[in-house]
Amino acid sequence: MLITNIEMIPGRKIVQHHGLVSGSTVRAKHVGRDIMAGLKNIFGGELKGYTELLTESRKEAMGRMKEQAKQMGANAVVNVRFSTSSVASGAAELYVYGTAVTVQ
Amino acid sequence: MEFITFIILMMLGYGFGTWAERRHYKSIEEREMKYQKLPTIGLKHPLPQPGRVVKAQLAVGNVVISVDYFKRFLASLRNIFGGRVSSYETLVDRARREATLRMKESCPGATQIINVRLETASLSKNTRKGSIGSIEVFAYGTAITYK
Repeated sequence: MLITNIEMIPGRKIVQHHGLVSGSTVRAKHVGRDIMAGLKNIFGGELKGYTELLTESRKEAMGRMKEQAKQMGANAVVNVRFSTSSVASGAAELYVYGTAVTVQ
Repeated sequence: MEFITFIILMMLGYGFGTWAERRHYKSIEEREMKYQKLPTIGLKHPLPQPGRVVKAQLAVGNVVISVDYFKRFLASLRNIFGGRVSSYETLVDRARREATLRMKESCPGATQIINVRLETASLSKNTRKGSIGSIEVFAYGTAITYK
């Protein structure tokens, strides 16, 4: 599955549009990671646990979007956008959406 | 007792925070030199390039970074007097440059990355109201490989 965040796939021709596809996931943080984050709030620096958590979550959201696109019979998703919102304290929603298309 | 804890936390934050920041900037600068040749642009159309496109894919990079105790204290002082909060400026600068670098590292062999977007989110919910604490920067773009 080809994914880009521009309106086209360079080097390919779009032959059919299937409409909007999206995927989202809500993740809560982990107690162990939260303790580490508390320590890092004193020392400063990268919160590796959180970086990984958000990477995984975005991968999952993208997986869901790809699954939806596949069901529509598309082989690419163009104009992909990401958005993050915190739904409750300690939980974040990661949302990804784009347009499913068929390319040659 | 509380005052002693505060002083210790300030010293730890200052020591480790300054050391970590210096090390991080050094690593950022080194890697930026390495990827200097890779054009990263915000335009939606690729730069003119000889050859044909062999691969186009989404490139992503993210980082969550936290400010140390000492700098947070400095920033809270700044909240009283107003003005530039330079301790947080370096935090967002480091986070954006690191995220952009990770995006570049995620697509080895790419010729250019176009339509780069940067997203910033504040993550800390457990700290006092109104303080930033830790931020996440997410960078994404389309990596194109020519041959």
